[in-house]
Amino acid sequence: MNSENVIVRLNEVEKEFDGVKVVKKLSLDIKEGEFLTLLGPSGCGKTTTLRMIAGFSEATSGEIMLEGVDVSGLKPNERNVNTVFQNYALFPHMNVEDNIAFGLVEKKVPKAEIKERVSEMIKLVQLEGLEKRKPAQMSGGQKQRVAIARALINKPRVLLLDEPLGALDLKLRKQMQLELKHLQQKLGITFVYVTHDQEEALTMSDRIAVMHEGVMEQIGTPDEVYNHPKTKFVASFVGESNILESYVRSVDGDLLHIDLEAGKAALHAKGFGVEEMIYICVRPENVKLSETPVEHFSIRGKVIEHIFAGSVVKTEVELLTGQILKVASHPNDDHVEVGKRVYVHWRPKDAIIVHTVEEQIYNVIEQTTEKLYKEMEGVDEGED
Amino acid sequence: MKETEKTFLKKSRKIKNNPWSVVYACLVYIFLYMPIAVVIAFSFNTSRMNVVFEGFTFDWYISMWSNTLLMQAFKNTLIVAFVSTLLSTFLGTLCAVGLNRFEFKLKSLISTSLYIPIVIPELVFAIAMLILFTSVNISMNMATLIISHVTFSMPFVVITVRSRMAGFDKSIEEAAHDLGANELHTFTRVILPMIAPGVLSGAMLALTLSLDDVVVSFFTAGPDSQTLPLRILSMVKKGVSPDVNALSTLIIIGSVLLLVSTTLIQNKLEKEG
Repeated sequence: MNSENVIVRLNEVEKEFDGVKVVKKLSLDIKEGEFLTLLGPSGCGKTTTLRMIAGFSEATSGEIMLEGVDVSGLKPNERNVNTVFQNYALFPHMNVEDNIAFGLVEKKVPKAEIKERVSEMIKLVQLEGLEKRKPAQMSGGQKQRVAIARALINKPRVLLLDEPLGALDLKLRKQMQLELKHLQQKLGITFVYVTHDQEEALTMSDRIAVMHEGVMEQIGTPDEVYNHPKTKFVASFVGESNILESYVRSVDGDLLHIDLEAGKAALHAKGFGVEEMIYICVRPENVKLSETPVEHFSIRGKVIEHIFAGSVVKTEVELLTGQILKVASHPNDDHVEVGKRVYVHWRPKDAIIVHTVEEQIYNVIEQTTEKLYKEMEGVDEGED
Repeated sequence: MKETEKTFLKKSRKIKNNPWSVVYACLVYIFLYMPIAVVIAFSFNTSRMNVVFEGFTFDWYISMWSNTLLMQAFKNTLIVAFVSTLLSTFLGTLCAVGLNRFEFKLKSLISTSLYIPIVIPELVFAIAMLILFTSVNISMNMATLIISHVTFSMPFVVITVRSRMAGFDKSIEEAAHDLGANELHTFTRVILPMIAPGVLSGAMLALTLSLDDVVVSFFTAGPDSQTLPLRILSMVKKGVSPDVNALSTLIIIGSVLLLVSTTLIQNKLEKEG
């Protein structure tokens, strides 16, 4: 944790608005040069976290360190970070050049140098020829490029991006995602990116921090977050998933036989005992349908709909319990007719056990009480 | 779709070409500008009486300069209008920016109370000012006149500037801070240029309100600070002399020039903003 260059450290940061905690005990180390995404639904505290790093709002408790220095009490103009805002926030009365030069003029950089650096930036974000345009005369994508150039020209140690692509149409958004990623790799600046779009997060990030109701539920690489979600929320928010409640029936080596309400199933897992209740997550692309039962599985259902979505066909299967299971398959695969009864199964290694948040909180409480006990023992010994 | 749009446009054009609408528009303009035309016409009249037009002369434009009472009043009017416009524009802009920026208790009460000088009858406001000044033993002079003018014109500045700011994205201000600007630079480099058209129209409102005010000036002006409207009012009994017509004509020309230039400046600001 300490060995790698940590550029931003959040230590048990909390934020309260009118008595409501919107960020709870958030601890997070952001490494130098990485592309970190704060992912979560609206109201999860991700933007608040970003604004606390930028200095627009102060943490209620906890500390925020930039390059090893506690920045609480420092104003936004005293922090070596810059922000790209969701709605661009360009200065409407200034043209592209003046907008980009704003930060340098504030720093009283010599005019000749400003000119040189601005034209460099304009080249970097590919806005050549638009130098004299006003924001009102530009498209959303162009405005966003100006906003990025304006923030980058100050050579910040960390660039904070608050849903910068939210207002763009899908195609442009995809293109800008790649461009931003390339820009970040080229410049080597740490990016902290806020989004509610899980696909965007998976595409661009080195690491993703998934937030839910003010709590960071998981942090990891896109692969870890998608393929090994730790909580029910992460599993359901990142990518499509089927979350199923089940009980362990028997353990056979690393194969766990489980009972669902709708039938029997199996998965690979260790460390669980018989009768334990677990939530499992199966991605739609891993769910298979067959007309005959498969070993270890006895879940039955009825195909109710096929939805053609371009590269995939989304199928909905209604289980005997009434629960709808999402299934995704390749358009060229054979598809079971609508209305037909089918057996549902998956490869045992494709199902993941996801803990609920309550369990995690319980674990934390257990750990802290243990720690407390140990400390108390230590104190006793000292007195002796 | 396109076809229906075209026919709709044609129809609306037809309404514009209706001859009666032209007649009606002409009548409205005659109604509005006839009095002004009369003043201008009689300023060139050789007769002292504003009843019949006897002959053409520029005499009044020369003689008015030697009418010391009239000239003194005109000078007072210009001083009061200029100073009160500056003060009310400055105070009103600060007030609008503050109300836009901060959230505090009783904010809505404070912003609503700004409308009171606009809403209450001018006479009541004028008497209130008079009572206030006399109760603290201040005799009426140029200063009391200016204070009163600032009081009734400042709310108009606040309203125009606030309406200009209403649509602004707050993150623009944050962006300026984020890029290293302190409070002062954020105001001078970002906020002020953005609200400039609102400030300008607020100032124009304050100026015109002050220039032609009679009621408030009547109660709060001292003997040495009679304004032009008050002077003309006192002349009405004996009959308004034609040099007033001449001065009025000059004021009209001045106002038109001012209006045209502010519109041009505002258009330029809007284009930039």
